[in-house]
Amino acid sequence: MKPNIFVKDKVAIVGAGLTLFRRRLLETPRELAWEAAREALNSAGLTLKDIDCIVVGSAPDAFDGIHMKGEYLADGSGGFNKPLVRVFVGGGTGVMVPAVAWWHVASGLCKTVLAVGEEKMSHAYPHPQGVFAYIWDPILERPLGPNLIWIFALEMRRYMHVCKASKEDIALVSVKNKRNALDHPAAQAAANITVDDVLKSEVLVWPVQLLDISPVSDGAAALVLASESVARRVTDTPVWVEGIGVTTDNTHWFNRDLAYPRYLEYAARMAYKMAGIERPWKEIDVAEPYDPFDYKELHHIEGLMLARRCEAPKLLREGYFDRSGELPTSPSGGLLGVGNPIAAAGVMKVAELFWQLRYEAGARQVKKPVHKAVANAWGDLMQVGTVVVLST
Amino acid sequence: MKPERTPGRYIREEDLRRLPGVIEYKPVARYSYSAGQALSEFLRGLKEGRILGKLCPSCRRVLVPPRVYCEFCFIHTTEWVEVPGTGVVETAVVSYIGTARERLEKPEIIGVIRLDAPGYREGSFDFAGLFHRLCGVTEDDVKSGRVIGMRVRPRWRPPEERRGSMLDIECFEPVQP
Amino acid sequence: MRVAVVGVGWYGFKPVVPELSFREMMFEAAVRAYEDAGVDPRRDVDAFISCQEDFWEGVAISNEFAPEPIGGALRPTITITGDGLQCVGQAYMMVRSGAFKVVVVEAHAKPSSIVTLQEVYELSLDPFIRTLKIPNPLFQAGLDAVAYMRRSGASREHLAMVAVKNKTRGLLNPRASYSAKVTLDEVLNSKPVVYPLTRYEIAGFTDVAINVVLASEDVARRFGDKHVWIDGVWWATEVGTGVIEWHEWGRMPSMKTAALGAYKLAGIEDPLRQTDFAEVEDRFSYMELLALEELGLGGDGVHRLLEQGYYNPGGGYPVNPSGGSLSIGVTLEATGLSRLLEAILQLRGEAGGVQLKDVRRAIVASWRGPPTYTSAVAVVSKD
Repeated sequence: MKPNIFVKDKVAIVGAGLTLFRRRLLETPRELAWEAAREALNSAGLTLKDIDCIVVGSAPDAFDGIHMKGEYLADGSGGFNKPLVRVFVGGGTGVMVPAVAWWHVASGLCKTVLAVGEEKMSHAYPHPQGVFAYIWDPILERPLGPNLIWIFALEMRRYMHVCKASKEDIALVSVKNKRNALDHPAAQAAANITVDDVLKSEVLVWPVQLLDISPVSDGAAALVLASESVARRVTDTPVWVEGIGVTTDNTHWFNRDLAYPRYLEYAARMAYKMAGIERPWKEIDVAEPYDPFDYKELHHIEGLMLARRCEAPKLLREGYFDRSGELPTSPSGGLLGVGNPIAAAGVMKVAELFWQLRYEAGARQVKKPVHKAVANAWGDLMQVGTVVVLST
Repeated sequence: MKPERTPGRYIREEDLRRLPGVIEYKPVARYSYSAGQALSEFLRGLKEGRILGKLCPSCRRVLVPPRVYCEFCFIHTTEWVEVPGTGVVETAVVSYIGTARERLEKPEIIGVIRLDAPGYREGSFDFAGLFHRLCGVTEDDVKSGRVIGMRVRPRWRPPEERRGSMLDIECFEPVQP
Repeated sequence: MRVAVVGVGWYGFKPVVPELSFREMMFEAAVRAYEDAGVDPRRDVDAFISCQEDFWEGVAISNEFAPEPIGGALRPTITITGDGLQCVGQAYMMVRSGAFKVVVVEAHAKPSSIVTLQEVYELSLDPFIRTLKIPNPLFQAGLDAVAYMRRSGASREHLAMVAVKNKTRGLLNPRASYSAKVTLDEVLNSKPVVYPLTRYEIAGFTDVAINVVLASEDVARRFGDKHVWIDGVWWATEVGTGVIEWHEWGRMPSMKTAALGAYKLAGIEDPLRQTDFAEVEDRFSYMELLALEELGLGGDGVHRLLEQGYYNPGGGYPVNPSGGSLSIGVTLEATGLSRLLEAILQLRGEAGGVQLKDVRRAIVASWRGPPTYTSAVAVVSKD
């Protein structure tokens, strides 16, 4: 891995768009992809004719019951006689989409890329959880009849034990993010709730309760990335992709300590190195850590090295991660507040940082001045960390 | 404020069935896996009431569950090593829901067990371990944290009921002092 | 900056590989590729790409199983759901970006473990098309074959000739499990599976794992001396699988777009003159002819050239000297890589019984297969 100075073309984000995030939307997956793609193109003042390459992200095919989902989503994503690839790293897909788009542009081979994340989870019946039965190792894990929430609960329990974090500490994330989402026009699960509401919600797999988890969602999000020359032409305020990182840990998640997201630290180091960031806890102004569960935001704040290990719960209590705080996290409302259409949610996080860095987030705009931002997503069997570092 | 527009039309669950053009199907996708060399032997071991691991000749760790390679050293593993099956609970949870999110009548306790196996330093990040049910512990043991660090061992099914599956181990139970 | 293939490895190329799990197959292929390249995956490789698709694997997030067997645990490992040649395209971009020096591309297939292969194919169709309950999900190939024949004037005999050429040639290739001594009459007289394609004209399925190591020019010299250069690689999707009716029947525009992109990168204007042979898509017999046309390897009279033996191993421009997919079998997302492998072995002079003389540059073209209209094309050469 070499620092950014050798990169051929600087890469900018010049447009972003979202659909509504809801439990069930009328639109088909292709229509959702199209709506988000069109919003992103419009916001950049470009049309499909201006786009060289397409990158699509979507999580398990099993949600839609459609095999080769990237091919299925192609036309909705603008893939008419254009180079198109779909990337798929489980929940980490959303942030991997702009990372893959990054090398399309950085290589000098594409001047403009439309990057689309789409997910329609409402297809699966009676509940998308059934689909997750097939993510397990067919020999070692599936015979136990696991539920996906099991493994996250196991991780949360381990984090609580090692970091001596209480359920109340963790519930604060849900309270903060759902409150932040009140200002987000696409939000599905925005609410003014209290820690008590979280602790009184349905217990699914202790310590995970209903309000500890992001909702099941349909939705799409898209970004337009461009080379420096195109970016300078189409906008006065490009947001640069300064670093990308990805790491996938081993498959045997029950062979490692779940208290710390090692995979994310590795991915973050890769991205920070590229971006020339040495002290992320000082240099990053705003972050969108991946928060499908409330404990995960704390876990990821630590993995991104924005706080020392086990320090995130304390800082959260002090308001450090609030919109008015010193290092606002998930100002969008995150997955807990805006919703979690998996691949689209990761792209939404990067879109939020794009708007934050351009001071376009309106009521969601963080109080402090912002120059550098980081987003991450996480996927597979607590394995994948994907990271994107942005700057103005 | 961006985004200025968020297209999409929300529909309620109960309205879905009233829409024209709803297609229902159940994917027919069936597979027959080979367990492969490492896991086949591991499953044979379970049938005999033994937990087998494989030794990495480079880092000297015994990998449980076994694989033909050590993913960190990236070389073939060599000898088969039987581990005692005892270990400590690394983390544990109480599940009130089943595979498809249905409520369970009787909650289940599930955990990750850090097995006693050669080659690992005390408290190492990586360890030999299995993911299984826990029995003989209460919900309160899990919630209070008493269960973490508890010494456990496998409770085997009677030999005639073993099929060469993870379920040949019924669960892991506390080792009585 | 040029990009080299510095090592290749494979395991399988059999209709069934029962002795190993797919992960163990990936490991065996990887070990061979890294030995071939002289790379240490834990030290020298900057990123790993696995090309796979969930429903082929029978695992809902197949990326979970990607890192360990290829040395990618706790390293940058990602999954691209596409043909192996598309992943080579990703690796090519990653190296060209300057941020990555050595990138590994892996693809594997174990169709023998898919019990309901036909139903899985069906699942790749748009749900609305599925309600038509078309009995064979490969119907699109038949539609394209008929449209191609009508447009080009190629006859069923021409399609059968492709099958005879490739299946016979494969007898010399140890990786070609489906090769056979067949005659034109045998092909023509057997019953069509999807008109006009008979069982000899539809490739079978093969289990395999393939691993390819790519490196930038400046570090390539550290890794072995059997470098094959990727002069260009490009890919394209014509239409989505939700709108197959918009496909231009009897043509493969995605392959043409991909070829033009790859040729541009490779500086090729006259592919027939500037390259020595081609490994092109032939999972259906007509596809070889259609691919040749879209690749600009014979104009619109490719079937006439075929008749004259121009594409035979000893002809003016050998096509599928390996025996092609009709002999080797379709290896799901590893199909493009299996053909790239054959081209690389040719250029390295390691193709054994199917070795051509004096070849320096080749075209590799793959299609992702029905119901997709996605293709990838690469131009590879040796110094």
